[in-house]
Amino acid sequence: MATVFIPAQLRELSGGVQSVEIEARNVREIVDQLDEMFPGFKDRICTDGNISPSLQVSIDSIMTSRGMIAKVKPQSEVHFIPAIGGG
Amino acid sequence: MTSTQYRVIGSRPVRHDGADKVTGKAIYTADTKLPGMLAGFVLRSPHAHAKIVSIDTSEAETTPGVHAVVTGKDFPNVENKMADLGEGSVNLAYLSSNCMAQQKVLYRGHAVAAVAATDVHIAEAAAKKIKVEYEVLDSVTWVLDAMKEDAPLLHADLVTDSMGDKAENPSNIPVHLHFEKGDAGKAFEEADVIVEREFKTATVHQGYIEPHAVVADYNEDGRLKIWTATQGSFTARQQTAEVLQIPLGNVLVTPCEIGGGFGGKITVYLEPTAAILSKKSGRPVRITMTRADVFEASGPTPGSFMRVKIGAKNDGTMIAGEAWLAYDAGAYPGGMIGPGCMCVFSCYDIEHAVVDGYDVCLNKPKTSAYRAPGATQVAFATEQLVDELAAKLGMCELEIRQKNAVKEGSRRVDGPVYPPIGLEECLQAVQNSDHWNTPLEGPNRGRGIAAGFWFGCGLKSSAACTVNSDGTINLLEGSTDIGGSRTSIAMQLAEVLGLEADDINPMVGDTDTAGYTDVTGGSRVTFATGMAAYEAGRDLQQQMKTLAADLWDCSADEITVGEDGSFTGGDKTVGFKELATELFQAGEHLVGRATVSPECPTNGFGAQIADIEVDPETGKVTVLRYTTIQDAGKAIHPSYVEGQLQGGTVQGIGWALNEEYFYKADDTMANASFLDYRMPTMLDVPMIDTIIVETGNPDHPYGVRGVGETPIVPPPAALANAIFNATNTRMTELPMSPPKLWKAMQSNQTSE
Amino acid sequence: MSASKKAHVTTTINGESTDFLCEPRHSLLEVLRDNLGLTGSKEGCNNGNCGACTVLLNGRPVDSCLVLGVEVEGAEIETVEGIACSSNLHPVQQCFLEGAALQCGICTPGFLVASKALLDKDPNASEETIRFDLSGNLCRCTGYDKIVRAVQAAGQQMSAEA
Repeated sequence: MATVFIPAQLRELSGGVQSVEIEARNVREIVDQLDEMFPGFKDRICTDGNISPSLQVSIDSIMTSRGMIAKVKPQSEVHFIPAIGGG
Repeated sequence: MTSTQYRVIGSRPVRHDGADKVTGKAIYTADTKLPGMLAGFVLRSPHAHAKIVSIDTSEAETTPGVHAVVTGKDFPNVENKMADLGEGSVNLAYLSSNCMAQQKVLYRGHAVAAVAATDVHIAEAAAKKIKVEYEVLDSVTWVLDAMKEDAPLLHADLVTDSMGDKAENPSNIPVHLHFEKGDAGKAFEEADVIVEREFKTATVHQGYIEPHAVVADYNEDGRLKIWTATQGSFTARQQTAEVLQIPLGNVLVTPCEIGGGFGGKITVYLEPTAAILSKKSGRPVRITMTRADVFEASGPTPGSFMRVKIGAKNDGTMIAGEAWLAYDAGAYPGGMIGPGCMCVFSCYDIEHAVVDGYDVCLNKPKTSAYRAPGATQVAFATEQLVDELAAKLGMCELEIRQKNAVKEGSRRVDGPVYPPIGLEECLQAVQNSDHWNTPLEGPNRGRGIAAGFWFGCGLKSSAACTVNSDGTINLLEGSTDIGGSRTSIAMQLAEVLGLEADDINPMVGDTDTAGYTDVTGGSRVTFATGMAAYEAGRDLQQQMKTLAADLWDCSADEITVGEDGSFTGGDKTVGFKELATELFQAGEHLVGRATVSPECPTNGFGAQIADIEVDPETGKVTVLRYTTIQDAGKAIHPSYVEGQLQGGTVQGIGWALNEEYFYKADDTMANASFLDYRMPTMLDVPMIDTIIVETGNPDHPYGVRGVGETPIVPPPAALANAIFNATNTRMTELPMSPPKLWKAMQSNQTSE
Repeated sequence: MSASKKAHVTTTINGESTDFLCEPRHSLLEVLRDNLGLTGSKEGCNNGNCGACTVLLNGRPVDSCLVLGVEVEGAEIETVEGIACSSNLHPVQQCFLEGAALQCGICTPGFLVASKALLDKDPNASEETIRFDLSGNLCRCTGYDKIVRAVQAAGQQMSAEA
């Protein structure tokens, strides 16, 4: 089961729950399950069916650019965080 | 420490483009000349905020020598949608109207029209004949004022987005971010000591010496050729195509040599305008910004207001953090608040923390990245509070940092945990350094230290290497070279193949020839494009094994490649060049290629030591001695790593002590020249000593971490701590320029 | 504004007698870059603040953006293109390369010209003198450390050769 951290700004949807364990192969399955658990979750982090461009997904501290299709391992730790660039 | 012995990596060859750059032969964008080329001039708003009532270009259009005039009307309508530009994303409607204003101007310097003529003087004179009628609006340039409910609104349709939750009423706050780790409220109750302060920093500019420049040539067949000063030719191509609403494949961007960027040459400003001028005139058009344009109309980095609080136990353990940050976005949304929030506590393992951040639109140019964007501001706040905590606890400022330094497994405030990192090693290097161990004596003198962090990203890079008949290699890559990256990339290819740096001819390709490559930014080029070159080398070796198997009449599996790049099969061992030549003679020719997209941050940590002296009469700070320490993972070309450390540090010293956008009462910039903006000259700084720490990055074949950005993060904080130690005055505002420091010292004396 | 009548100017550039036509308002920098194709001198500010356009005018370093083309009648001008002797780099060029004293390279031509002028006068210039003398040349990439060291190294080489 992957550990998925609920962003602080979405904990109003999760009733304050900070993280959940989810069985999933990729980010899309995580997002779908989170949306079932916490209705409205998907709308908050997705645009046109993909992770919003202002966000990125961190899987085991790797900032994946693969969005919804990024693979998740059974023991993975998943975060939704703001996208960062650099100078 | 990485103990592997390398032949090429770690040496200091002369850069491949060096001779061109010391003889004046290197071609920068403004040096490009095409037959029939016209000169463009951009007319800019004199007002900070105004409605454009009308624009009359008739007189300009009939001026002899003028071939084309453009205004916002010539720009296609673009959708109000976000486009991913490889490194960050941008709203295309905002990008377009930042290139050329539509109904409103949002800052002084905002482009309103442009003219192409046979000579830049004619273009300028004609542009000044364009009659723009403005209805001047109330403006705002201070971030907290811009957040007020009754502030002048820049965008009528802009509402605050709190991670997908949209506010009902419009405001100047496009984004609110909020992070929580643990229970900060409770932790502060349990803290023995709490420090809290408010900080302000001014808008500053990257200050690259080459002004933005572009040449556009719009062919009759719809093909648009662009030569430009950009940190990323592929993102410049995409932005230009999107703004002009033309197919991406119709645009060719050739990156010229680039005269500095530091994050400020990623966004396009002139390209679409030059393209439309070229299309209308049927001639190539070159536009270069004036220095005033660069200050007023490119992308400086955010000014900020910050309130930061840290709580610790009596033993020095930091247990609670809280930060409230408001950063300038400039005229359009999309500032550096995200990384600001993520960096405010990035150096310390604080179990409980809460961070709020606001991106705020105001009547300044749209902000851009500048070396570790958003991180220098928060380090100025946090690193001073850490010193204050140490003082309250009776601890040494180095000891408290060592006690709380993040390490592998520490959790960031935004959630992810760090892989192996090198902050502890950098702090140890401070402790071991000659600088730290040499007492500073004398009146009005002080020493300060500070730590710093920048993520360093991977993103996408490509490389292709063509083997010549003599076994030398032409390396094609797509990273515009701002500081010697051709060589540091070539060195990695040379290392894997067992060649010398000189055996590689690196070339930065254009968007038609090079494989897709993201920007030269994010401290990523030596890391990611270096990795692509390494992988392209491995690809070559793989091909050569297969071909050699035929030649040597054995199977490819029986051939091994040694660490020196030699091939061994049976009783035969030959070097790369020898085998390449042999294969060429046998009719084989070789091209190796690779694309990579590493996704792991490279986590660059550093620490710096500053010795200063304050003139009590004037408040002027003289930097006496400075040491910059950084974990480079593995330094490919140590001179260029040192150069990044020294250059970033001096930019940070300028940010700390002098640089600032001064705004007049009408919210226009008062100091849009190098003389008045006052970047450090050679006379303002001492030698910058460097110590390169090498902890090895497990995610790179040679252990490279990005180094370009972190060095700018600690200087304002280190200097503020030094100033405090010299004067007992805590500076909470940047820049710590003589008038500000003098005033603070006076009020400090009065209050004592 | 119509273009003014052009003036005919005769001068010596990098040892070669050169003549050109220019409008009275054209700076020497514009003449060098646009009329004569000598684009080694760079424009960073066009108001004498950055030194990227430094050339030698009768042996003295000047910001060529602050000199008018018509002012150089009869003068001797040396630009970055004239520093190297045929195929050999000048010691200051060689030391900039070996000492990694350039990153983006846009300020480099100005620094080379100004450094050469200083070292011709005083090859043993102290760090302080170098920093004072070259403070009219801005560099944003290097933090100046390696530039100062390269100038010192070049000076040593020049004194040894002298």
